[in-house]
Amino acid sequence: MSQHRKVYGLGAEFNSAADLMHAAEKIRDAGFAKWDVHTPFPVHGMDKAMGLGKSWLSAAVFCGGFTGALTGISLTTIPSFFLYPMIVDGKPYSWPTVPAFFPIIFELTVLFSAFTALFTLLLLNQLPKWYHPVFNWDRFKRATDDGFFLVIEARDAKFSESRTKALMEEIGGQNVTLIHD
Amino acid sequence: MAKSSVTLETPAELRREPLVTNNRSLAWITEKVSTIVESPTPKWWLISLCITSPIALMGLCCIVYQISNGVGVWGENHPNGWAWDITNFVFWIGIGHAGTLISAILFLTRQKWRTSINRAAEAMTLFAVMCAGIFPAIHVGRFWNAYFLAPIPNANGIWPNFRSPLLWDVFAVSTYFSVSVLFWFVGLIPDLATLRDRAKSRFAKFIYGVFALGWRGSNRHWRHYEMAYLLLAGLSTPLVLSVHSIVSFDFATSILPGWHTTIFPPYFVAGAIFGGFAMVLTIMLPAARIFPQLNDLITRQHVDKMAKIILLTGSIVGYAYLMELFVAWYSGNKFEGFTFFTARAAADGKGWYQWAYWAMMFCNVISPQIFWFKAMRNNYIVVFVICQFVNIGMWFERFVIIVTSLAQDYLPSSWGHYSPSTTEILTFIGTFGIFLSLFLLFMRFLPMIAISEVKLVTPEADPHHGHSKH
Repeated sequence: MSQHRKVYGLGAEFNSAADLMHAAEKIRDAGFAKWDVHTPFPVHGMDKAMGLGKSWLSAAVFCGGFTGALTGISLTTIPSFFLYPMIVDGKPYSWPTVPAFFPIIFELTVLFSAFTALFTLLLLNQLPKWYHPVFNWDRFKRATDDGFFLVIEARDAKFSESRTKALMEEIGGQNVTLIHD
Repeated sequence: MAKSSVTLETPAELRREPLVTNNRSLAWITEKVSTIVESPTPKWWLISLCITSPIALMGLCCIVYQISNGVGVWGENHPNGWAWDITNFVFWIGIGHAGTLISAILFLTRQKWRTSINRAAEAMTLFAVMCAGIFPAIHVGRFWNAYFLAPIPNANGIWPNFRSPLLWDVFAVSTYFSVSVLFWFVGLIPDLATLRDRAKSRFAKFIYGVFALGWRGSNRHWRHYEMAYLLLAGLSTPLVLSVHSIVSFDFATSILPGWHTTIFPPYFVAGAIFGGFAMVLTIMLPAARIFPQLNDLITRQHVDKMAKIILLTGSIVGYAYLMELFVAWYSGNKFEGFTFFTARAAADGKGWYQWAYWAMMFCNVISPQIFWFKAMRNNYIVVFVICQFVNIGMWFERFVIIVTSLAQDYLPSSWGHYSPSTTEILTFIGTFGIFLSLFLLFMRFLPMIAISEVKLVTPEADPHHGHSKH
């Protein structure tokens, strides 16, 4: 963490989820854009405090599920009606037998949706990302234990080392630290 | 903040018991769960693994022996084409239902007590489904042709029959396993990050770090994470109900007396949850004893609630048994009547497996009724013993359904006795070795309690906590 490395941003620590949430509201109102909070568990109400909307991951999952359903429909009907119509035990094999395909269509819908949920989650969060500047901050280890952190990036237009630091201290941030890239 | 001087307090009798007792802090939860993984290998663990892994190895040897010699090394023969193999398959897959029920259905219904047991229950689900998957794969006989199950034109351009419940089963079980793995892994990511940040050795830091994917608890991540978790729960809920329904179709769509019935799907699903919870308790009660530090996380309240679910689902299963008997009588169908009143339920000795039926009745319907009493639900020894009855009873349920129907069906001339061969018995015992070995490895190397989820149910996690000092 030598000084000639690029500054990533400023980090501050808070005592509790409640304190962090109030701080987040103030940072939001101050008009910052490139900032984040780090908590050991999802704090309910934080999205609003940060001014974030509803995650649109569900839309992607819907598309994934739709693809799954279409795959299921094609996979069952094309071979059974066109490629290799099979008569088993003299049972009917005409189009009214389509309900017999519902279980497979359902299962593939769920399968595709679940994989879409995972991959969209990774894509939206840009994970895996094994290196990140916040890991350079030695106190940050507690973000997965019982620490509540607020980090404002230097890329933010409103960022200024001295004024942002003062703001973070004013809203109750402790151990305000400069994080290097 | 106080707008009026009157504060509304919940009356004492309506206040809920805290989920984490003794008001533990967030750091305490991290510490207690992580040290299980971080402390030096305990002796009991090595001894247990030295017992379970040879059993697992024996099971694998039996499987190799069966594959190299053919299905003839088992006791299955005409008319009992299915017997212990499918009994064991349904037994294990049923056990695999509790994990997803706890993690998905109890999540959607906002049952917060699930948080301290869901991780271990989900792991148990995965291992049970692995054990289940062994049996259909090897009972097909020519194991090297097991890829015929896949939806591809396998031999001479012939596709599998997409209208067959057996093929539905292939899709259901493989989807169930895949989705359960995803759900489990997504839940693990924040906790792997916790272990990564605590790891002392470079190697542990590297391994946990790789699987934690660089998770840093960012709220911009949690936002999508929570949505993904909710959706996975929403997807798993119908999935878990579909899997055992489809397993029951394997039987219900045939015309054999005792199988050909519409009550099967709900009856199988209830039975799966029943047997699954019994297995969760079978594993969790000893774990709670071995790790007394977890007693503030896995409390009497949890055991009490699981015992109540066992009582409920056991009673549903009991209702299904009685309804089967009623329909066998009321339908006036001679063959149904014979299957239920001679081959299964009567005790006149004309049926061959009546002892199995009555063992099932006693274990599944009568024994859990003791859970009506709170004192019994709170006595860990009683709960553990009843869970063993349930485990045995649920295995017998599948045995009764499969073997009594096949051994004595329509024509007495085509009847045939069935008894398992040694290989068959050892294979089944071997799956317990595989299951327990995998679970021991899980306990040793992964956090067995969902750390970040438990933190969420503590009062400290509530962002409004601390506003009004009581």
